[in-house]
Amino acid sequence: MQKVKIFSRFERFWHWTQMAIVILLTITGFEIHGNYTIFGFEAAVRLHNASAITFILLGIFTIFWMFVSGQYKNFIPTRKNIIRQIRYYTYGMFKGEKHPSRRTMTNKMNPLQRFTYFGLLILIFPVQTITGLLYMYYHYPQNPIDADGLWIAVITHTMGAFLMVAFVIVHVYMTTTGHRITTDIKAMISGYEDEPEEETETKNQPA
Amino acid sequence: MNKSVQRLTTFLVVLVLPALVIFATVHFGNRRGKPEKFIYQNRADIEKKVDHSEFEILQQDFERPQDLTAACLSCHNKRDDELMASAHWRWERESALPNGRGTVSIGKKNLINNYCASAESNNGSCMRCHIGYGWKDKTFDFEDPTNLDCLVCHDNTNTYKKRKGGAGMPSTPENATAEFPVPDFNYIAMNVGKPLKENCGFCHFHGGGGNNVKHGDLEEAMLDCSREVDVHMAKSGQDMSCNDCHLTERHNITGRAYSVSSENNNRATCEHCHTSTPHNDKVIDLHNHKVACQTCHIPVYAKVNPTVMYWDWSVAGRTDENGNPITEYDVNHKYSYLSIKGRFVWDDHVRPEYFWFNGTADHYLYGDTISEIPVKINTLMGKYEEPDAKIWPVKVHRGKQAYDVVTKEIVNVKVFAEKKGEGAFWEDLKWDTAIQLGMEYAGRYYSGQHDFVSTEMYWPLNHQVSPKEQTLQCTDCHTRSEEGRLANLAGFYLPGRDYAKGVDYTGFILIILSIVGVAVHSLMRLIYKKG
Repeated sequence: MQKVKIFSRFERFWHWTQMAIVILLTITGFEIHGNYTIFGFEAAVRLHNASAITFILLGIFTIFWMFVSGQYKNFIPTRKNIIRQIRYYTYGMFKGEKHPSRRTMTNKMNPLQRFTYFGLLILIFPVQTITGLLYMYYHYPQNPIDADGLWIAVITHTMGAFLMVAFVIVHVYMTTTGHRITTDIKAMISGYEDEPEEETETKNQPA
Repeated sequence: MNKSVQRLTTFLVVLVLPALVIFATVHFGNRRGKPEKFIYQNRADIEKKVDHSEFEILQQDFERPQDLTAACLSCHNKRDDELMASAHWRWERESALPNGRGTVSIGKKNLINNYCASAESNNGSCMRCHIGYGWKDKTFDFEDPTNLDCLVCHDNTNTYKKRKGGAGMPSTPENATAEFPVPDFNYIAMNVGKPLKENCGFCHFHGGGGNNVKHGDLEEAMLDCSREVDVHMAKSGQDMSCNDCHLTERHNITGRAYSVSSENNNRATCEHCHTSTPHNDKVIDLHNHKVACQTCHIPVYAKVNPTVMYWDWSVAGRTDENGNPITEYDVNHKYSYLSIKGRFVWDDHVRPEYFWFNGTADHYLYGDTISEIPVKINTLMGKYEEPDAKIWPVKVHRGKQAYDVVTKEIVNVKVFAEKKGEGAFWEDLKWDTAIQLGMEYAGRYYSGQHDFVSTEMYWPLNHQVSPKEQTLQCTDCHTRSEEGRLANLAGFYLPGRDYAKGVDYTGFILIILSIVGVAVHSLMRLIYKKG
C-alpha cells in the first residue's frame, strides 16, 4: 500500500462546504415547495436565499481556483476507458476485479465521473443558479421578456432539485465502491488515498 | 510533528471552515429586518385654531342653515367654488372607464349600487348624505352656494345632524323630533373646525341604511376603538382622524371608493407615510411589487359590528296575515328579513376575498345589458401580468336585484317616499309601480316585466388595519391547503402553493429509482462477496 495525494486542502474545503450548503438548499427548498414543514416557511426562505448566495460566492471562487490551478482539466469528459469503467461497475467489481482507473492528483476521476460532474457543473449548477436568481429578482416576469409568469424558471428549478437529490443518493453510494468501502471518503477527508502498489497505471487522461 | 500538522489542517479544512461558512450563512441569512417606526404628527395638534366665537357675523341667531352658509362664505370666499366642483357636491365626476368604454360622468348620482339599487329616485332618503340642503328632486339648484352644507363636515360640537328623509336638511321647528332636534346653529357656528371622525362617519359609517352595512371596514366603533380594531384610529394609539390619511388640499380629498370611482389617481395610500419599503427587510418588502399592504395587514374586517354580506330583494314584500310588514332577526339580533328590503345575511370578523386590482374599476351603467350572472355592479380591473396590479383584500357584497326581463337591464326602484300612496316600495310594497316610478325618474324605459338576478359588488378594503402581531403569516398564502387565503387566485405561480404534478411525480420516481438502483447494486456486491 502507498499513500497518494489526491485532493488538495482547497478541494476538500470546497467539497464539504458545498455538501453542507447543498443539504441546506435541498431541505429548505423542498419546504418552500410545500412538501413538509421543518424550519417554518419564512426561515426556510431566508435560509434558502442565504445558502444560495453562499453557494454562488463559493462557486465563483472555485471556478477561479480551478483555472488558476489547472484542476479544471479533471472535469473534461473523455470516452477513453469508459466502456471498461461501465463494465467494472456492472460486472467486474462483483467478480473482484481491480478498479480500471487509478487516481492521481491530476487525474482524480474515472471517465464516468467526468461525465457526471461535467453535467453537474455545467448543467445543474448554472441552471439552478440562473433560475434561482430569476426567482429572487425578476419580479415583472412579463417585462422585458415574457417568462410566462416564471413558470418555466420555477419548473426548471424544481426539476434541477430532483436531479440533485438523485445525484446525491448515487454519489454517496458510489463512495463505497473504492478499494475498500471507506477508501474514497477517507481520501476526501485526509486528501490521501491508500492505493495498492501493484496497480498498473492507466492512461485515461485527455490529451 | 508532520502528521499532527496534517491532522490539524484536515480538521480545519474539512470541519472548522465549512462549519464557519454554514454558521455565517445561517446567522446572517435568517435575520429579519426591524421595521421602520412611523410616528404621525397630527397637524391639528400643533396649529393654533382660529376662534370662530370671536367673529361678529357668527354671533346671530340663524333661522335657516342657508343663512349660516352665507355667513361662512362671507369670510371663506371662493371655497364654494372648490366644493361645488367636488364629487361630494356633484355626486358625479368625469371618469375614464377601463376596457375602452370611454369617458363618462358617473357617481352616486347615476350609478346602480347593490343596496337600494340607486340613489336616483330616492333623493329624500339617500341625499341626506349630500353636502347640500334639500336635493329632494331635480329642481335642486346646484349653482346656489348657500345650498352648501358646511356643518356636516365642519361641526366640531358633534350636535349637528341631518334629518332622516330630509334630502340633506336638518330639522326645522315644524318637523323636529327628539332624535333630530333643530340644531343650535349659533353654538355650532362658533365651534367649527377641521372635520372630525364623527363628521366623516356621519355618512361614511352608515351607507346602505345602517352602521357598517356597506363598507365592513368603516363603522361607529372606530370612533373609540382599540389598536386591535384599527391601529391608526385607536384612541390608545395614534388617534388619527380621517383627514390624516385622506389628505385634503382646497377641499380636494384624497381617496377613492371604487363603488363610484374608476381611475387610479388621487388615492390615499399607505406608502404616503410608510414608504414602499417599510419593513426594512428585503424578502418582505419585495412583496409590495405584487401584494397591497392591506392584504397582509387587514386579515379580517367588521371586527366589532357585523356588516351585510348578502341582500336579497327578490323575497321582499311578504306580509303577515293582516297585511302588516314583517321583521325577522338572526341570532345576533340583526334583522335578517324586512318586508321592505328582503333577506339579509350579516357577518362579523369576516375573512376578505382576494383579487388582482390595478386601481381602476368598471361599473354597470344605465343601458348595459346583462351578459353574465352574477351581474357585476362594479368590476375591479387588473391581473398578475400588469405592473400596477396587486393582490388586494376585498369585501364582496352579493345579492339579488330587480331587472327588466325584456331589456335585460338592472332597474332603478323608487323605494322611498314620505308617505303611503306615492308608489314607493317601502310604503306600498308594490314592485311594478316602484320600478316604473324609479325608471321614469332616471329617464329610462321599463317594459313592465321584472324579475331578480344575482349581483355582486366589490369593495377593496383599506381600514381596520391590524397591529403587526396579527398580520397574515407566510403560510396563510404560501400553502397547498385549500384553506389558504390565495387558494382561488389563479394566473400566477405562488411558491408553496403551486407545483407541476408531472414534474413532482417524475422527480419522486427518479429518487425512488436511485434508491432501488443503489439497493440492488449493494445486494449484488454482498452476494458475490459471500459467494
